Amino acid sequence: MNPLNSKKTPLTFDTIEPGTGLKAAMTKSRADIIGEIAASNLRGRGGAGFPTGTKWNLAAAARIAPGASKFIVCNADEGEPGTFKDRVLLADYADLVFEGMTIAARAVGAAKGILYLRGEYVYMRPHLMGVLHRRRQAGLLGPGICGTAGFDFDIEIRMGAGAYVCGEETALIESLEGHRGEPRNRPPFPVDTGFLGQPTVVNNVETLASVTAILAKGAAWFKAIGTDRSAGFKLFSISGDCAEPGVYEFPLGLTVRELLDKVGGTGAKAVQIGGASGTCVPASEFDRRIAFEDVATGGSIIVFGQGRDMLHVAKNFMEFFVEESCGQCTPCRAGNAKLLGGIQMLERGGCSTAYLQELLALSETMQLASKCGLGQSGPNAFVSIVKHFQDELLGRTAAAHVT
Amino acid sequence: MLVSQQQKLQEEIRGLVVRHGRSRAALMPILQELQQKYASVSDFAMQVVADELGIHPAEVYGVVSFYAFLHYEPKGRFQIRLCQTISCDLASKSRVARQLENELGIAFGETTPDGRFSLEWASCLGMCDQGPALLVNECVYTKVTPDQVHAVIDDCRQVFGAHAAQAVHA
Repeated sequence: MNPLNSKKTPLTFDTIEPGTGLKAAMTKSRADIIGEIAASNLRGRGGAGFPTGTKWNLAAAARIAPGASKFIVCNADEGEPGTFKDRVLLADYADLVFEGMTIAARAVGAAKGILYLRGEYVYMRPHLMGVLHRRRQAGLLGPGICGTAGFDFDIEIRMGAGAYVCGEETALIESLEGHRGEPRNRPPFPVDTGFLGQPTVVNNVETLASVTAILAKGAAWFKAIGTDRSAGFKLFSISGDCAEPGVYEFPLGLTVRELLDKVGGTGAKAVQIGGASGTCVPASEFDRRIAFEDVATGGSIIVFGQGRDMLHVAKNFMEFFVEESCGQCTPCRAGNAKLLGGIQMLERGGCSTAYLQELLALSETMQLASKCGLGQSGPNAFVSIVKHFQDELLGRTAAAHVT
Repeated sequence: MLVSQQQKLQEEIRGLVVRHGRSRAALMPILQELQQKYASVSDFAMQVVADELGIHPAEVYGVVSFYAFLHYEPKGRFQIRLCQTISCDLASKSRVARQLENELGIAFGETTPDGRFSLEWASCLGMCDQGPALLVNECVYTKVTPDQVHAVIDDCRQVFGAHAAQAVHA
């Protein structure tokens, strides 16, 4: 098996024959394709969970000048710590991803697609170029797709260059346009004013593969999986202290405890759900459900075994945000550095409870006042670790906590 | 840089502009190709790119300095990036880091005096289930242990030797 495909469970995507989703889409009107996606209750798989059908509807309704084009962008800038599901999808299921982009193009009336691949995945580029080439040969990309006059759509691959913030859709668009990856103010949203000022749909890799599956098997089938508010199956990237790290597929709505039992992480001290920007769930809350209505995630699950130093974990996450903040807005640029300073103070055992409270107040300011999701979620891990493991953090003496 | 080298680079950049288009959106692909070939984008190259695209060189510098995979300062022929993020950290990346420094005789952020190797930290490489992970130029190494570090570097040395031999024969 492809070493990049580290799946540990069979995936639904294994059962989807490439081509069936697109064929089904070609029998439907544009409105019916979007209707099917909306009816499936598919929500964005990157983590934010925006309803895909709603996004497509807005893009389809957006007007463009004669001669201009709408764009479909696949966000393959998978940078969230602990996430690697898109690597698996691009390595072994790229056809389903490109097919999802093609279906999106049909639905909203786009002529150009771009796969924005993170620089860290550059070694997958030749493979992906090959898949695109094969799809062009088969008449599934290029002019007159599936023999349908007027349905012209092609996809190019653009590389990222090592910037986590470019996973934020407007920063990604800035990067595509040749600028620093600094997020824009929203509104206007990309569905209205995106790449080169044109209406642009930005969807996650897994969202697009799911679109293909939904068209192939029907909205009702997809909706029957998962919970009321979190329909469908989802890929999870499992790493950290467990026996079987890798990519798993589960229906949304399972509990943290159920998940741990399946990955060989039973008896963990805590689990980070949603990566560095997510939240740390302690053992006492392992009955919480992984779904949009409880703990939402783009699929990153990092298991911390007994004996792990949670302050060390918080420090690693905060170093990540200090490094990856784009520096554009002050709450994020200065706030993350200030929180890291506070963590170093805790490490030395020199932080008063009053100062810790000030750090938490600063965290709230960052969550409220930062311009984009990076700054808004930067303090999440720190806040949840302080909340659940405060007794472990205060009054340290040298060499008391070493991992 | 010799005038003849400058002219050669200028011609090369003009070729890239023809291929990628004379638009701002072509800036990243142009810079990425220069970075890949020369391991950095020099002041002179940034100036030429700016002239060709009709933008201020500060704009080009702003982009080069923003992205972790673009550099304006000279870097080694092999850029070794060790993932420092949480899952690789839990998998003892710090021991691999120490051994990389031992083998290369440089600290993170530095380049060996012979210009062969640069050592850098990377944020999450997306190999969290197989950490610690290393990216050497466009090649990824997983589950790296301290005793494998020497072999990874030796791989590069052999490739470097092969390139040098090719250059001599050409």
